[in-house]
Amino acid sequence: MDSLIKKLARSQLVIPLFSLLLIIVFNLVRDVGFFSISIVTNNQGYPVLSGNLISILNGASAVAIMSIGMTLITSCCKGQDISVAAVAAIAGSVFVSVLRSREITIPVLIAAFLYSCLVSVLFSIFNGILVAVFRIQPMIATLILFSAGRSIAYWINGGATPTISNPLLAAVGGFIPGIPIPTPIIIMVIFLILISLVLKFTTLGLFTQVVGINEGTAHLNGINPVVVKLVAFVISGICVATAGCITVCRIGLINHETLLLDAEMDVILAVAIGGTALSGGRFNLYGSVTGAYIIQALTVTLYAMKVPSAAVKAYKAAVIIIIVVLSSPKVKDFIVHIYKKLFKKQENIKIPVKAA
Amino acid sequence: MKGNNSSLTGRILKRRREPVSNTNLLMAITVCTFFGMYLVAMIVWGGGFLNPQQFLDLFNNNAYLLIIACGLTMVMISGGIDISGGGITALVTMVCVVYLEDHGGTVMGSLLIALGIGLAFGLVQGILTAYLEIQPFIVTLAGMFFARGMITIVSIAPRTASHEGFLRLKQARITLPGIGYYGKTGNFIPAQIEPGVIVAIAIVIVVAVVLKWTRFGRNLYAVGGNSHSALTLGINVKRTKFFAYLFAGLLSGIGGYVYLLHTGAGDAANAAQAEMQAIASNIIGGTLLTGGVGNVIGTLFGMLSLKTITNIVIASGLTKPYYQSITTGFMLCFFILLQSVILSVREKGSFRLLLPEWLKFGKANNS
Repeated sequence: MDSLIKKLARSQLVIPLFSLLLIIVFNLVRDVGFFSISIVTNNQGYPVLSGNLISILNGASAVAIMSIGMTLITSCCKGQDISVAAVAAIAGSVFVSVLRSREITIPVLIAAFLYSCLVSVLFSIFNGILVAVFRIQPMIATLILFSAGRSIAYWINGGATPTISNPLLAAVGGFIPGIPIPTPIIIMVIFLILISLVLKFTTLGLFTQVVGINEGTAHLNGINPVVVKLVAFVISGICVATAGCITVCRIGLINHETLLLDAEMDVILAVAIGGTALSGGRFNLYGSVTGAYIIQALTVTLYAMKVPSAAVKAYKAAVIIIIVVLSSPKVKDFIVHIYKKLFKKQENIKIPVKAA
Repeated sequence: MKGNNSSLTGRILKRRREPVSNTNLLMAITVCTFFGMYLVAMIVWGGGFLNPQQFLDLFNNNAYLLIIACGLTMVMISGGIDISGGGITALVTMVCVVYLEDHGGTVMGSLLIALGIGLAFGLVQGILTAYLEIQPFIVTLAGMFFARGMITIVSIAPRTASHEGFLRLKQARITLPGIGYYGKTGNFIPAQIEPGVIVAIAIVIVVAVVLKWTRFGRNLYAVGGNSHSALTLGINVKRTKFFAYLFAGLLSGIGGYVYLLHTGAGDAANAAQAEMQAIASNIIGGTLLTGGVGNVIGTLFGMLSLKTITNIVIASGLTKPYYQSITTGFMLCFFILLQSVILSVREKGSFRLLLPEWLKFGKANNS
């Protein structure tokens, strides 16, 4: 029992799962039908799933995808990439600028996506070179693209905010005809499975953590920290491009100023809530994804409680502080200490009984 | 070799010249860059750059940013980060305006509220980061979210202050004797500064003195340079960090009031991205995020450089806002790379080590 408690206290997934559970229970108590899923017919005449649970899963997919890349960067570079949302805006702009010039068919769509991936990866590699080769703190290095990224996105489409509408894009951002689950959720699941397989069957995950824990040791053991860091940035670039394209497809236009605004903060929060230390080292991919869903669940809950959209931030901040305080090692140790004290007191009571 | 811990060896080996510390070197580069940039701007574009009022407007418009950046310098020297400055600034403006307008407040009361809000944020963030050891980025990010969210809870619509006493203070200008420019009609217009600028300059001086000549200031460098060594030397690391965040919060509160004196309005969009501009000012000024290196005078010139480059971009005809942020990005990139090269050369003594690991490894094998 004691070891189980210790294990639980050490596990990275406890706090995120616990907070998710708390939000779910809170919602169920407030409104029993909160998570009910209904099948409605959308305006294209296909049956689709609808409900708060679906909107949580759907709305969080962009942040969840980006949090995968951010987890890897956080783990090996001991810092965060704050330019993800700006790079996503660039990727989205490239995506739209390719689509606008041609008739939209499936090959063109795929080509546009690959092209935006390429651009996004190039920008990520720029960040990666600053971090890995020049050894600049990730937050400082990515501050460059954070401040210039949205302006570059503006320049790609000549300052316009074009709209694009096409059934194919609606299928990517909304529902594929005949499948009732929103496509972003499917893309997210595919992404997670792919990354899990990569981590399972390659040493990438191990190398990433080793570089994060001790770069010198990693180097002495024949791991090249520069390459590992660059790979993390490349993966992050692909994740960011995907998130940007999904968001563009969903809203049907590119606005370089507002696309995924403040998403970098949500992504970093998702990683932190997920139990990955922001100072690098051990990471937990599923925790980060759970973190993204927690943030979205919180947002949807607050909207359901009729909190004005601008004020949501304040409540979110309060809840996040509580989660982070609870998951901090100091508080965890304190709780374990208190538990042990209580446990030992019971033992002390038992012992005289046995002696008698 | 972070900080200036070479003074002891300098004294023992009397003949050897004491090397310039990283802090002073990075600061000197920034100061030279600023003066060089301004001189070039004066020669090439002339016009506004020759006008002393335009130079003073750099201070008038950005006094609040300077104050926030000073607080951030202390936090960054101690090895942390505080991104709640802009949020606190905006919250202070809104709360003070609402207090002055709806609750019949006094100027003194609003000033106390501003200080109180700043202190409260600093206190909570300090306790959470220093004593509970939560990552400062997350704590201050939550602080920023909380402040930005609270603004709309206080008032959704932007508000303008019309309190008489406050307006008198807001419209107060300090005329600098002897400096000025000739208007279009040929009359002499003396240059003016706002009271907020005096506050900002005073704060820069106070922080510079604190960092240089007080025990707390030296402790900050020690903690930021190497917190384990600082602990073994008997420095109370946690308390030092706590006070750094506390002062940063307090200065953000003061910055908020100075912002209010400049614009006279409370708005959720006030001081947007101020935290990132403050960080950029610090980086250009030579404060390292790793801690232990930095100077508030550098921050002052970092802020001035950042704003001068924007003015230059506008003066050269690129008036669209996106040119400004792209040049800001380039400037940051230049300074970051320069600092990386300089520090690496000073630490390891050669350029070769800047090459990627695999190149370096190859060379080591060959030799």
